[in-house]
Amino acid sequence: MPAKVVVLGGGVGGTLAANLLAKELGSDAKVSVVDPTGMHHYQPGYLYVALGQANGRWLVRDERTLLRREVDLIIEQAVRVHPEAGTVQLERGGSLEWDYLVIATGARLVHDQIPGLVEGSHEFYSLEGAQRLREALRRFEGGRLLVGVAGVPYKCPPAPVEFVFMVDEYLRKRGIRDKSEVMLLSPLNRAFTIESASKVIQPIMEQRGIGLTTFFNVEEVDPSAGTVSSLEGEKAEYDLLVLVPPHKGQQVVTESALADGPGWLPTDRHTLEVEGQERIFAIGDATNLPISKSGSTAHFEAPVVASRIASLVRGTAPRENYGGRVMCFLETGNRKATVLRFDYEHPPAPPQPNNVWHAAKWMFNRLYWETVPQGRLPENLPMPIPTGRSES
Amino acid sequence: MTTVNIDRSIDARGMPCPGPLMSLIGAIREGEVGTVIEVLSSDEGSKTDIPAWITKAGHEMVETVEDEGFTHFIIRKAR
Repeated sequence: MPAKVVVLGGGVGGTLAANLLAKELGSDAKVSVVDPTGMHHYQPGYLYVALGQANGRWLVRDERTLLRREVDLIIEQAVRVHPEAGTVQLERGGSLEWDYLVIATGARLVHDQIPGLVEGSHEFYSLEGAQRLREALRRFEGGRLLVGVAGVPYKCPPAPVEFVFMVDEYLRKRGIRDKSEVMLLSPLNRAFTIESASKVIQPIMEQRGIGLTTFFNVEEVDPSAGTVSSLEGEKAEYDLLVLVPPHKGQQVVTESALADGPGWLPTDRHTLEVEGQERIFAIGDATNLPISKSGSTAHFEAPVVASRIASLVRGTAPRENYGGRVMCFLETGNRKATVLRFDYEHPPAPPQPNNVWHAAKWMFNRLYWETVPQGRLPENLPMPIPTGRSES
Repeated sequence: MTTVNIDRSIDARGMPCPGPLMSLIGAIREGEVGTVIEVLSSDEGSKTDIPAWITKAGHEMVETVEDEGFTHFIIRKAR
């Protein structure tokens, strides 16, 4: 009997893990992906949609076209995992059996956690949100544009920083930068979570005249007054407000009593097993790991999970471990970008932004559909060993 | 060690910066005024980040205690 492997979630991590498992195990396993929409989004592209640099069409593909033929795609909402029975219950009443389960359900946006957020702010964390923001930016004729974070952790930590750099360029091109104030409201005492990256970013913000308010953790938006207030007791006026919405884990994870309060799965940082569950693995945004919630993280985790499950199916000891590897581009506008490469032991040492990394990001954007979900991107390219010193 | 009653303890040891501070901010969001929260952090950056945030946000640092390879930060939610 082939082993039954069920993968919850058809994003970067789930799709890649399913394809690698099917390829590696052949007839020794039956691999199924369960996804509520059956559509795969390239989420890093939302930023470009918001700024009018791309339309939404190239960001969405049918998940079926990304999976190997032998992988089943079940378009259903998983509602509950029963670890002891080895089943997952589906919304329309069915149930799937599994010998090994991969939870790659990602994060969900919980807009209603912050009063006034829906009415008073824009976001670029969904395709619809990015399209609405694009229209709002087109109508913007100058004023106070604030960009902030309404909850941590959130996906793609560089995104708000990238947005302020790119919107600065956008406003200059439209000839209204001198009538506009651009300000980043950071939840920390620096522009970015990682100190070494902040040291590269903050001087560029200063050069561009982009303001920085530190320790501003958004608590409430008042759309009628046009103000946003922070947990720290500050209030800021805005004409256009862009906030990263709060994130939580998916309901299936919470309902299954596998996760902590906000719904993140307690996950072993090396084996990627869900704690206390030998046959359940977690990938990507769904985990509670103290690293970036990003497609890149899921991309590097998926081969580890696939390899460990393949070993278990074959009755051999799993060997592959995840070392915390992440690689993110960070756009700084004006056709320049830098890159953050790091792992558990090495913080990033980002180079000064240049047009080579910007070109690399665009090449990646274009190559994504044909490489990442299928596991065709060579593992060691372009990812030299990080050389940063250990810093906080 | 402190004699204050701790309502909630967060073990953020092994978590890199800014994880311990972010965990504290999450706990402050959820807690009532007067709640005493303890954060255990082994990250050096916490020694500056946590007191700086407490001052800015107007809460009270009850005590910081050095332990073997980590620090106890004891904070009271003041508003």
